[in-house]
Amino acid sequence: MAEEHGRKWDRCLADSARTGFGVGVVFSRVSFHTRIASLCRPNVARCVGSGMGLGMGYSNCQHDFRSPYLLHGHMVKVDQFSW
Amino acid sequence: MDVKRICFTSLSLQKCLCGNGAAQPMQSCRRYTSAGDSGSVAGKIVAASLLTVGGGVGGTILYAKWDPKFRAKPVKVEPLQISSVSEASKDSKQPQQMKEKKVAKEEKPPVQQEAPPLPQTIEAEECKECEHEAHAHVVKERPEEVVSARLAAQDRAEHDLLSSLSAKLDDTLGSSAKLTLQAIGAQEAALSAIANHTSKLKEAMDAEGPSDKTSAQWRSLEDALNERSRAADEAGAALLKAKEELEKLRKVINAAKDSKIDAARPQILAAEENLHSMVVDLDRAVGKVQTAQMEAKIVSQYSELVNEAKAQFQKELDSITPEIQANWKGLTGKLSPDDLNSLIAHAHRRIDQLNRELAEQRVREQIHIEAALDQQRLENQKTLDKAVGTAISHSREQMRLEQEKKIEDVREVMEAEMRTQLRRQAAAHTDHLRDVLKVQEQELRAEAQEVLSSKLMEQETNYRRVTQDQLDAFTLDMNAAYARLKGIEEAIDSHVVAEEEARKAHQLWLSVEALTYSLKTAVADSPTEPLETAAKAVRESCADNEFAVALASALPEESLSRGIYSEASLRARFYQIRGLVRRVAMINETRNSLYQYFLSYLQSVLLFEPEQLAPPTKLKPEDLDTFKLLSYATYSIERGDLELAAKFINQLTGEPRRVAQDWLKEARLTLETRQVVNLLSAYANAVGLGTTQAP
Repeated sequence: MAEEHGRKWDRCLADSARTGFGVGVVFSRVSFHTRIASLCRPNVARCVGSGMGLGMGYSNCQHDFRSPYLLHGHMVKVDQFSW
Repeated sequence: MDVKRICFTSLSLQKCLCGNGAAQPMQSCRRYTSAGDSGSVAGKIVAASLLTVGGGVGGTILYAKWDPKFRAKPVKVEPLQISSVSEASKDSKQPQQMKEKKVAKEEKPPVQQEAPPLPQTIEAEECKECEHEAHAHVVKERPEEVVSARLAAQDRAEHDLLSSLSAKLDDTLGSSAKLTLQAIGAQEAALSAIANHTSKLKEAMDAEGPSDKTSAQWRSLEDALNERSRAADEAGAALLKAKEELEKLRKVINAAKDSKIDAARPQILAAEENLHSMVVDLDRAVGKVQTAQMEAKIVSQYSELVNEAKAQFQKELDSITPEIQANWKGLTGKLSPDDLNSLIAHAHRRIDQLNRELAEQRVREQIHIEAALDQQRLENQKTLDKAVGTAISHSREQMRLEQEKKIEDVREVMEAEMRTQLRRQAAAHTDHLRDVLKVQEQELRAEAQEVLSSKLMEQETNYRRVTQDQLDAFTLDMNAAYARLKGIEEAIDSHVVAEEEARKAHQLWLSVEALTYSLKTAVADSPTEPLETAAKAVRESCADNEFAVALASALPEESLSRGIYSEASLRARFYQIRGLVRRVAMINETRNSLYQYFLSYLQSVLLFEPEQLAPPTKLKPEDLDTFKLLSYATYSIERGDLELAAKFINQLTGEPRRVAQDWLKEARLTLETRQVVNLLSAYANAVGLGTTQAP
């Protein structure tokens, strides 16, 4: 379970980073192209977005830690010729 | 056959003499004897004697032949008599028959003397024998042969006497019979002659024929008269002779009676009877002759009277008519009427005369009748007396004979009865003896049976006891042997079993050792090889042992399939876990945000506790702190007490628990496996120890 713990941290961090940046970027882009552009500059948007993303990641992480028995499934592609 | 014929003729002769036949055969017999009278008398005597002797002999022989079975019985007087009679008869045949009379006569006097003592001796003998028979079981019996010989001798002597007596009797009987017959014949001849004469006389008187006929008649009458007189004389002589002979016979009979031989008695009786009958016949014949004579006398008187009258008349006639011839018959043809008239007148005168005489006669009738009656009465009385006397004597004789006969019969009956009674007594005696013997036999048999049965029982019980003892001993031995055999077998089996057990235990131990060894194959961090094979081997080696099987099956699946980690690896891993657990010590169900995670991390960095703490014997609630627990566990694990460490780790709560879970699981697995293997090895050791017994 220690390894699981470690993997969980890894996943968490990775996930939050991805989410953060992703959301940030997307937000920024969206906010840039929409009327909410008046709000701020793209950095701000980015920051906002990344912040949102981080926060989302953070809560995801937390939720993941709180519900430790929830398994993460992996999609495994079945090789067509390996039957 | 000759004997039989002689017997028959003698019997017939006797019959004739006895007068049992009718008058006709008697007459014929008499006529026969009278006809043959002209022959030689001596020859007749010889023939008669021969007949009688032969008759006697034949009679005895017939009797002997008729009763042959009497010869078989030894204690009877009569049968031996018969046998001796047959012997005597055989003997008597040999001597000449002519001399037998004399011989018999000579024998008679000496035999007579023998006879009286003999019967007495015989009777005495019989009584003695009776006594002997009665006391047979006390006194020794006279031997049968001697008795029979004596009896035979006695009987023979008796029979000789008897035969002689009977011969003599028969002889005299025959002679007397002959003479009586002769006398009777003579008497009858006389009777016939008298009758003839009388009839002739009557005829002669009644007949009125020519003179030559009358003369012939008178001549025949004379002849008849002569004949009659002669016959009367003969009859008288014969009568005398017969009477003499009868007297002789009577004497002989008396002598025979005096001899007192029982067997001769019937003969004597018969002879007496014959004598009596002969006497009777003789008397009867004599009586007949007398009556005939009387009649003849009357007739002759009448004839004399008639002759007188006739002579008288003739004389008168002659006086009246002298020229007329005497012959009455010639008168009827030759007389003239005058003669006839004179004759008639004479006749009338005669008639008157006769009437007067008749009247006179009538007067004298009474006197004459009285005189005649008196005379007749006297004569009647005389004859009556004589007849009465003879009748009395005859009847007396008859009665005596009857009495004798009755006595004889009664004697015979008594004899027979006595014999039967004796026989009955003998039979009763034998029956009694038989019964007594039977009873004795039964008693003895019962006794013997009892003794036998008791002895048998004894022997049997003995035998049974002995056999039972033998059996018991044998059974005991057998049982002992069997028990020993069984013991040996059991020992062997138990040995086998023990050895089997030992082998199994050894195998188990080996397999357990293998298992134990396989535990050691854990290399650094990789687990051991899967314990499946070893566990299988263990299971195989202890297939019948439930305990071992249970233990073997109690091995956890993980260990079987994957194997377990060694203690060292667990130790190593523990330290890793330790760090992690330290880092997440604060996290539990309530405080599980990321911030808490950060805080717990901080705590772990900043908190310093001794790495190893000796765990107390009793855990207090404040000892359930994570760090303390960790230190306790570290201490234990350093000491090699994985179990205690696991226990401590088990006390973790929350996230640390989750983190340490897999380690705990591994530790648990290892501990389990080790425990099972230890148990198995201990068990195998114990079993091995148990089985390998000290020699």
